[in-house]
Amino acid sequence: MTSATEQQLDDREEAEPVHAPAPAEPDAFDQDRLPAPKNAQALLLRSLLRPHSRLVWLASVLLLVQQAAVQAGPLLVAYAIDNAIPQMREGRHGALIAVACGYLGCGVAAGALQRAFIRVAALISQDVLIELRARMFRHAQSLSLDFHERYTSGRLIARATSDVESIRELLTDGLEELIGVVLSVVYISVLLIFLDWRLGLVTLVSYVPLYVAIRRFQGRSMLAYRRRSTAIAAVIVKFTETMNGIRPVKAFRREQPNDTSFAELNHRHYRANGDAILEMARYVVTSRLIANIAVAGIVVWGAYRVAGGGMALGVLAAFVLYLRRLYDPIDRLGMFLNSYQSAAASLEKIAGLLAQTPTVPAPEHPVALPPTAQGHPGREVVFDRVRFGYRTGGEVLPPFDLRLPAGQTLAVVGATGAGKSTLAKLLARFYDPTGGRVLLDGVPLVDLSPADLRRGVVMVTQEAFLFSGTVADNIAIGRPDATREEVEAAARAIGAHDFITALPDGYDTDVRKRGGRISAGQRQLVAFARALLADPGVLILDEATSSLDIPGERAVQFAMQTVLTGRTAVIIAHRLSTVAIADRVLVMRDGRIVEDGTPADLIAGDGHYAQLDAAWREGLA
Amino acid sequence: MPATTPDPAPAARSRSSIRSLLRLWPYVRPIRARLGASAVVGVVASSMGLLIPLVLKWLVDGPVTDQDPSGVWLGGGLVLLLGLLEAGLFGLRRWLVARPLAGVEASMRSDLYQRLQRLPVSFHDRWASGQLLSRATMDLQILRMFLAFPLVFLFVNATTMLIGFGILLAQSPLLTLVLLGPAVPLVVLSMRFETRYALAARRAQDQAGDLATLVEESVLGVRIIKAFGRHRTQSQAFHQQARDLRGTELHKARLLSDLWAIIMTLPELAIGVALVVGVLQVSDGKLSTGTLVAFLTTALALRWPVESIGFLLAMSNEAATAADRYFEPMTMQGAEASEAADGKDAEDLTADLTADPAAVRPGGDGLRMAGVGFRYPDAPAGSAPVLTGVDLHIRSGETMALVGATGCGKTTLTALVPRLHEPTSGRITLDGADTAAMPVARLRELVAVAFEEPTLFSATVRENVAMGAGPSGADEAAVLRALEIAQCGFVHALPQGLDTQVGEQGLSLSGGQRQRLALARAVVGRPQFLILDDPLSALDVHTEALVEAALRDVLRETTALVVAHRPSTVALADRVALLSQGRVSAVGTHQELLRDNTEYRRLMSGLDTAVEPLERSDAR
Ligand SMILES: Nc1ncnc2c1ncn2[C@@H]1O[C@H](COP(=O)(O)OP(=O)(O)OP(=O)(O)O)[C@@H](O)[C@H]1O
Ligand SMILES: Nc1ncnc2c1ncn2[C@@H]1O[C@H](COP(=O)(O)OP(=O)(O)OP(=O)(O)O)[C@@H](O)[C@H]1O
Ligand SMILES: [Mg+2]
Ligand SMILES: [Mg+2]
Repeated sequence: MTSATEQQLDDREEAEPVHAPAPAEPDAFDQDRLPAPKNAQALLLRSLLRPHSRLVWLASVLLLVQQAAVQAGPLLVAYAIDNAIPQMREGRHGALIAVACGYLGCGVAAGALQRAFIRVAALISQDVLIELRARMFRHAQSLSLDFHERYTSGRLIARATSDVESIRELLTDGLEELIGVVLSVVYISVLLIFLDWRLGLVTLVSYVPLYVAIRRFQGRSMLAYRRRSTAIAAVIVKFTETMNGIRPVKAFRREQPNDTSFAELNHRHYRANGDAILEMARYVVTSRLIANIAVAGIVVWGAYRVAGGGMALGVLAAFVLYLRRLYDPIDRLGMFLNSYQSAAASLEKIAGLLAQTPTVPAPEHPVALPPTAQGHPGREVVFDRVRFGYRTGGEVLPPFDLRLPAGQTLAVVGATGAGKSTLAKLLARFYDPTGGRVLLDGVPLVDLSPADLRRGVVMVTQEAFLFSGTVADNIAIGRPDATREEVEAAARAIGAHDFITALPDGYDTDVRKRGGRISAGQRQLVAFARALLADPGVLILDEATSSLDIPGERAVQFAMQTVLTGRTAVIIAHRLSTVAIADRVLVMRDGRIVEDGTPADLIAGDGHYAQLDAAWREGLA
Repeated sequence: MPATTPDPAPAARSRSSIRSLLRLWPYVRPIRARLGASAVVGVVASSMGLLIPLVLKWLVDGPVTDQDPSGVWLGGGLVLLLGLLEAGLFGLRRWLVARPLAGVEASMRSDLYQRLQRLPVSFHDRWASGQLLSRATMDLQILRMFLAFPLVFLFVNATTMLIGFGILLAQSPLLTLVLLGPAVPLVVLSMRFETRYALAARRAQDQAGDLATLVEESVLGVRIIKAFGRHRTQSQAFHQQARDLRGTELHKARLLSDLWAIIMTLPELAIGVALVVGVLQVSDGKLSTGTLVAFLTTALALRWPVESIGFLLAMSNEAATAADRYFEPMTMQGAEASEAADGKDAEDLTADLTADPAAVRPGGDGLRMAGVGFRYPDAPAGSAPVLTGVDLHIRSGETMALVGATGCGKTTLTALVPRLHEPTSGRITLDGADTAAMPVARLRELVAVAFEEPTLFSATVRENVAMGAGPSGADEAAVLRALEIAQCGFVHALPQGLDTQVGEQGLSLSGGQRQRLALARAVVGRPQFLILDDPLSALDVHTEALVEAALRDVLRETTALVVAHRPSTVALADRVALLSQGRVSAVGTHQELLRDNTEYRRLMSGLDTAVEPLERSDAR
C-alpha cells in the first residue's frame, strides 16, 4: 500500500517536467530528461521484441521443458525413497531402473535444452540490440541540427553505449532469469499443491509479503537507476569533451581543474551506483527473511504431520527440497529486477530520444525537382519573406526577400556574426525558417525529398570536418558511387591532387580522427573536393578557403570559374579576392542585407563594400 | 564510409587471465579487508544453507520417527534461526562491498581520465576516442561486476563445495566418490573453454569500442552528413559494424552454451548414479534412509555452486580482457609528469618565475629554435620528416610571422613550443632555458596558444576566456580587457552576457565569434610567449583591422610567433620567417622578403601563378 502511493508520488515528481509548459523545456535538455510518452519504455521494449515473438516462444518452450527436466529431480528422489527402497527390499528392481533412467534422461535433457536455450536467447537479444542500436542511430541522424546543438554528442554516445549496455544485460541474462523464475515458481507451486495442498497453500500465502517487497524494491531502485543513468551520461559528456579538445586542455593546463570537475561528476555516479547496489542488498535480505521464515514454518508443520502419520516422509523431504528451489530464484528475481530497472531507466532515456521529432522533417509527399535546362545545372533560388531565429537566441535574420537566378554566382560578405552562415544554412535546409519560404526552382525546400534536396543544394560548411578513413573515402562522401577516377578528377580540379599523392598511401591514406593527419588547409581542400564531386545545382561555400595560402586560394578560384559555369553558387568569404569571381555581392550587417549589386557597381559607390575593398587593397600593398 | 582507426593495441594475448586480473590489486588493496570479510560472510551464509538439510536429517531420523513434538519444535526453531542468520549474512555480504566496489570503479575511472589527460597528443592522435571511452565505461563496469560476483563467488563456491563434500564424505564416502567422478573432465573442458572465450571477449570489447567511435564521429560530423544527405551510407557503415559485434557476441554465446550443457549434465548424471547406488545401499541396509535423504539434499544444494562455475569463469575471462584493455593506456609510455610531481609546489611556481633571474623580461634572449627537427611518430619509415632543421630566433618582445605554403609544417612547428609534440632533434629555448628541461606545467604557463581551430569548452564565456591564464584563472578586469582586444563586444549582447554558457553544451556561436574568443583566451594571461596560429582567418577585413590595432599593444609586451597566410596578418609582425622544405629558408621584414625572395612573393601575392592574369582581368 505505502509502496504504491510512494511510487505514485515518485512518478509525479519525475513526470512533472514532461507536462510543464514550454518554458521548462530547455531544462529537459539540461537535465538530460527528455519527455517521453507514458509507458514509452515498455512500448519500446515490446516493439523491439515483437518481430521475434516466434523465437521468444521457442525460447520459452525450451525453458519450460528444461525446467520440467530440472524440477523432476527431487520428484524422482522422493519416488526412489518412497517406492524404490521398499520394492528393492522386496527384491524388485523395476522402480529403481525407472528412477535411474528417468534421472539420467532428465539430466541429459536439461543440459541439451539449456544449450539450445542459450543460443536462441542470444539470437533474440542480439537481434533486438542491433535493431535498437540502428533505430537510435538512424533517428539521431534524422534529427535536426538544433536538436544536436542542445543534446550534445556526449549524451548521444552515452545513449548508444552505456544505456544500450544495460539493456544488453537485461536481454542476455534477464530473459532467462525472468522466464526461469516465473516457470519454476509456477511449476513448484503446482507441484507443492499436488504433493500436499495444505502445505502448498502456506507457500502461496508467503508470496504476498514477497510481492510487497518486490514492489518496494522496484520503486526505489528505479529512482537510483535513473540517477545513475543521468550521472554516467554526464561523466561521458565530460570525458569526450576533454579527449576531443586535448590540445587546448594541455596548452591551457586544464588538467587539474578537469580532474576536479571530473572527480565530482564521477563521485555523483559513484553515489548513485552505490545506492542502486544497496537497494539490491536490502531486497535480498527482505526476501530471504520471508522465504526462510516460511521454510521453518512448513518444516515444523510438515514434521508434525509426518510424525502424526498424516504425511509420508518422502513428501516432506521433497517438499523441503522444492522449497529451497522455490526461494532460491527469488534472489534471481532480484537480479532480474535489478537489470530490469537499470534497463528501464536507460530505455526511458532512449525512448525520450526516439520521441524527439525532427524539426526539419522530410516531406510526406515530396514534390519532384523539375529538370534543369540542358547544359545548365544551375537552379533558381528564392527567399520569400524569410525570417529566422535560433531556438536558443533572438531573431538573427529579420524578414527579407532574395532571388538568385539560375547560374548566378553570389558573394556574401559582412562582419562576423552578421548572419551569413545562417542564411547559407537556411538555403541548405539545415534549419527551416521561422517565417516565409525558401524555394528551389519554384519548389519549397520543405517539399523536396532528401535525395532531391542534396542533388539540388550542397554546402561546404565553415568547419572542414573529416571522418577517420581514407582521403578517397572522405571525398567520396560527395557521391558514394563515384569511381576512383572521378574522385581524383575532383581533387585535381581544385589542386588537391598533388598533396594527396604525396601522402604516404596517396588517396588511401587514413586521415585519422577528424582529419588530424593532414593540415588545416589540406582539410579544406578535401572538403571542397567532396562538394565538387557531389555536382549539385546550387553550391554553397562558407569560407571554404579561409585556411589556404594565397596561391592555393587562387588555384581554387581558377578552378571555380570552370566548375561554377552554369551552376548557382553562394560564396561566403572575408577575402575579397575570393569574392572577385562573383556576379553579384550581398553585404550583410546585423542580419540585414544592406547592399546588393555587382562588385563593380558597389566599388564605384561609397557604401560598405567600397570601404572594404579600399581597406583590402591597402592591406595587399 | 571510413572504417574507424583499428585498435592500435597489440592483439597478442600472452599473459594469462589470472595475471591480468592480478593487476587490479592496487585498486583492490584499499578495500581488501571488506572484500575478504564479504567472502567469509558469504561462505558462512552458504554453510547455513548447507546446515539446514542436516537439521532436517536430524528431524527425520529423530523426533519425527520418535514422534517427539518438542523435538520437532526444536528442529523448526533451528531451521528458523539458521534461516534468519542466512538472510542477515546475505545482506551483510552485499552491504560490506556495495560502496567500496562502486568506489573502485570510480577511482579506476578517475585514474584513467587523469592518465589520458597527461598522455601526449601523439597518443590521442592515434587512439580512437570511442576506444578510450569504452574503456572508461563498459570495461570498468565489467571489472566492478567481477569484483562483486565472480571473484567472491569463485571463492565462496569453492569453499562451499569443499565443506559440502566434507559433509557428503562424512555421510557416505562411496556415494561421494561417485559424485566426484565428473570433476576431471569438467576441469579439462573449462580450461579449453577459457582460452577460446577470452579471445572472443576481447574481440567483442574492441568492436564495442569501434562502434562507440563510429557513433561519436557520426554525431560530430552530423553537419557533413546532412549537407550531403549521407544518412543511408552512414547507417550502413554502422549496421555493418553492429553486425560484426553481433557475430562475435553470438560466437561467445555458442561457446558459453556448450560449457553450460556440459556443466549441467555431468553433475546431474553423477547424482543420478549416486541415487541408484544409494537406494541399493539403503535396501541392503548399509545406509539409513535419513542419511540418503540428507546426502541427496546436500548434493542437490551443491549443484548450484558447481553449475555457476560456468558463468563465473566466463565473467572472469571477460574481466581479464577488460583489465588488459584498461591497462593498455595506463601503462603507455611518455605521459607528461603530472603536476603532483613537478608542481609539488604549484604556488611556488609563480614565485619562482619572478624570482628566477632568467625569467623572461625585456632584454632576455627570447625564443630560440636551434636545429629543430620533427617527424610524426606514426609517419611511415623512410618518409621525409616534416621539419628537418629549423633555426629561428625571435628576440624578446619581438613578433615574428611564420609564413609557408599549406601543409608545410607551420602548425607542427608551433606545437613544438609548448611541447604538445616533442622535437625529434634540436632544442627550443625560452630566454635561454631549454624547454625540454622545463616542467611542462611551467612551460605552458609561459606560453599561450590560439589554435587554428578555436575550441570552446562547455562553460561560460567568462570561464572560457579566463582559463587562458591557467588553472588559477584571471580576474574580471583581465577578462574584460582580453575581450576588448579580441573585439568580442558581441558577448555583452548574449542572453546572459559573460555568464552565457557556450561550447557544446551551450550556445553555438558563429565561426568568427569563436575565433575571437579563442584569441581573447590566449591573451588574457599576458603571457610572456604568445603563439597565434592563423588567428584572423575567420574575421572580416574590418574586424581584422580592429583586432590588429588592439593586438599591437599586447604584442609589444610579449615574444610572439604568428602563423600567417595573408599580408594583413603579416602586418602584425616585426619580422617574417619563411618556412619551406622543413626549414626556415629566409627571415626578414615583409618588405625585404617581398623584394628578395621569390617564394615569399609568390605566397603573399599569388603573383607568378598561372591564375594571376585571369584573376586580374576579372577583378577589374
Ligand atoms: N546554432 C546557433 N544557435 C544560436 N545562435 C547562433 C547559432 N549559430 C549562430 N548563432 C548566432 O547567430 C548570429 C549569426 O551567426 P552566423 O554564424 O550566421 O554568422 P556569420 O555571419 O556566419 O559569422 P562568421 O563570419 O563569424 O562566420 C551570431 O550572433 C551567432 O552568435
Ligand atoms: N598527426 C600527424 N601525423 C602525420 N603527419 C601529419 C600529422 N599532422 C600533420 N601531418 C602532416 O604534416 C604536414 C604539416 O602539417 P601542418 O598541420 O603543420 O601544416 P601547416 O603548415 O599548419 O598547414 P596549414 O597552412 O594548412 O595549416 C602536413 O603535410 C601533414 O600531412
Ligand atoms: Mg559563418
Ligand atoms: Mg596549420
